[in-house]
Amino acid sequence: MQASQTSIDPAEIAKFEAMAAEWWDPHGKFKPLHMLNPCRLDYITRQIEAEFERDLREEAPFKGLRLLDIGCGGGLLSEPMARLGAEVVGADAAEGNIHVARIHAEQSGLAIDYRHTTAEALAEAGERFDVVLNMEVVEHVADPRAFLATCRELLKPGGLMICSTINRTARSFALAIVGAEWVMRWLPRGTHDWRRFITPDELRAMSKAAGLEPLDAKGFVFNPLTWSWSISERDLSVNYVTAARRP
Amino acid sequence: MDNPSRRPISQGMADCDAIIVGGGLNGSALALALAQGGLKVVLVDALSRAALADEAFDGRGYALALASQRLLAAIGVWPQVAPNAQPILEIKVTDGRAGEGNLSPFVLEFDHAEIDEGPMGYMVEDRFLRRAFLDAIDGQERIEALHGVRVTGHAPGPADVRVTLDDGRELTGSVLLAADGQHSPSAARAGIRRMSWSYGQTALVCAIAHERPHHGVAHQFFMPPGPLAILPLPGNVSSIVWTESDAEAARIAALDDEAYLEELRPRFGGFLGEIALAGARFSYPVPFSVAHAFVGERLALVGDAAHRLHPIAGQGLNAGLKDVAALAEVLVEARRRGEDIGRADVLERYQRWRRFDTATLALATDGFNRLFSNDNPLLRLGRDLGMGIVGALPGLRRALIREAAGLTGDLPRLMRGRPV
Repeated sequence: MQASQTSIDPAEIAKFEAMAAEWWDPHGKFKPLHMLNPCRLDYITRQIEAEFERDLREEAPFKGLRLLDIGCGGGLLSEPMARLGAEVVGADAAEGNIHVARIHAEQSGLAIDYRHTTAEALAEAGERFDVVLNMEVVEHVADPRAFLATCRELLKPGGLMICSTINRTARSFALAIVGAEWVMRWLPRGTHDWRRFITPDELRAMSKAAGLEPLDAKGFVFNPLTWSWSISERDLSVNYVTAARRP
Repeated sequence: MDNPSRRPISQGMADCDAIIVGGGLNGSALALALAQGGLKVVLVDALSRAALADEAFDGRGYALALASQRLLAAIGVWPQVAPNAQPILEIKVTDGRAGEGNLSPFVLEFDHAEIDEGPMGYMVEDRFLRRAFLDAIDGQERIEALHGVRVTGHAPGPADVRVTLDDGRELTGSVLLAADGQHSPSAARAGIRRMSWSYGQTALVCAIAHERPHHGVAHQFFMPPGPLAILPLPGNVSSIVWTESDAEAARIAALDDEAYLEELRPRFGGFLGEIALAGARFSYPVPFSVAHAFVGERLALVGDAAHRLHPIAGQGLNAGLKDVAALAEVLVEARRRGEDIGRADVLERYQRWRRFDTATLALATDGFNRLFSNDNPLLRLGRDLGMGIVGALPGLRRALIREAAGLTGDLPRLMRGRPV
């Protein structure tokens, strides 16, 4: 939509097109994210369906909902949300990602408002949303407490935040650091700092302190036999996802 | 026919979610399952509507496994088919030598009373299935059916696939689903190759009226030239699938009706009394072929387009309907997540689900046929013993009955009687 309006030169655009193809290649550099994506989408869509009394079997079930995707990357979550009818703002602090996401959305025929900005700047500008997606972000921010307070500010009263992150356990060290970064090389070494991982109890306490009401928590579990992810009621020992509401 | 000059404006959003090419039983079932799951579907079929709606009995029938019957119930077709369906209450497998009728020391009997789910399946004539599918499609507003039109080309793009028709129209959808048969032009266009081999056998198919009732029993006789199946239709009529070597089949197919019956009588045996032809005679070569891939760029293959199996156990349509149920489940789930349903990772979920199953079934039916189409005395002894052993072990028997009813493997929701 807006890719044609940006003032970047054609060589840059070619570079971003190549990056977009890379972001969206299910077997490429972001393969681990593509493998996890159906699970993330299942959780997000069902939470929104329940919270806003929508029916996923209908056409454009999220029509009328304003949704913010923080750390949108190439748009792996923004595009499905737009396809389901939500009015989507995708924000990323990395400018390259925004160009990539815009190019891909245009190829997909989707209208998504991608912005090179931060959650803090959006909150300051008075932007408000029905849903804030805060997926695999909180473990990378300097001050998670302040960040969750910003998320609360970005929500309309009754709005929903979905937050996924990685637990701080011996298993998460073995799987997310040693397994994913060192052995499988799914992620570049140094992507994650285990000491900054947050336990579900800590996240719950921080969310409450930020004025959010915790609603739900589930695990994302990787099964090496089927080589796929699934949602678990009990196992939150590595990847997990939570839902919280602004009262 | 619609005005051929009507060309949809296809910028941005596609005309529909899925374009299905091939309006046979698999293509129609897929259209209904997807529409029920909320997808907008265009169904393109080369046959005219009049040809599809022809109600004359032509002798063709299908053995629907219980799982397939559940799928038809879930997509709303079964109530119209049920009054004309014959439940299969028992399956008898006999190792008979040609010319000796149905006498063999070892007979395998599978009775539906041994499993809880009800009959093992149903025999349904092709004409009733076709009619029921046409009516269901007419009543489904999310399906646009184009009859008497051929697909001449398709071109996948980043957001959709563009399909050209021989009347000059162009359609766009998120994905092209090919139910266009064993010589699938869609698969060929996408460069998907097939692995195939011939058994040197031809299946002769006809319907037979007989003097005595069949009591809902399906018979499978294994004879050296190939298997003979007698499948019960409503009334005193049975569908016959009779496999012979290509040369022998060509000779028999050329005979007049009376001489044809003379060939059939000794193989058939006398247990159903006098027999007469009811409906037309068909003959089909029995090739075996499997596509190297079940999916391509914005393309998925179902039914014969993906795999053509030996008709030995009537598994062709049942395997096709399993493709339909699995593909519908994958696509409907993807759509509810907001995923692009034509993307490679979505389509690969279908391929992973179905390819292993198909390979297993193909090898099993192939091995079964090679074992039984043989007069080697050692093999005969082995299989007679095998049949005796299977008959003596209730656990194994139940497992085989459940396999015949299509109740094994990772069953899609539609085949467990639940909506997608």
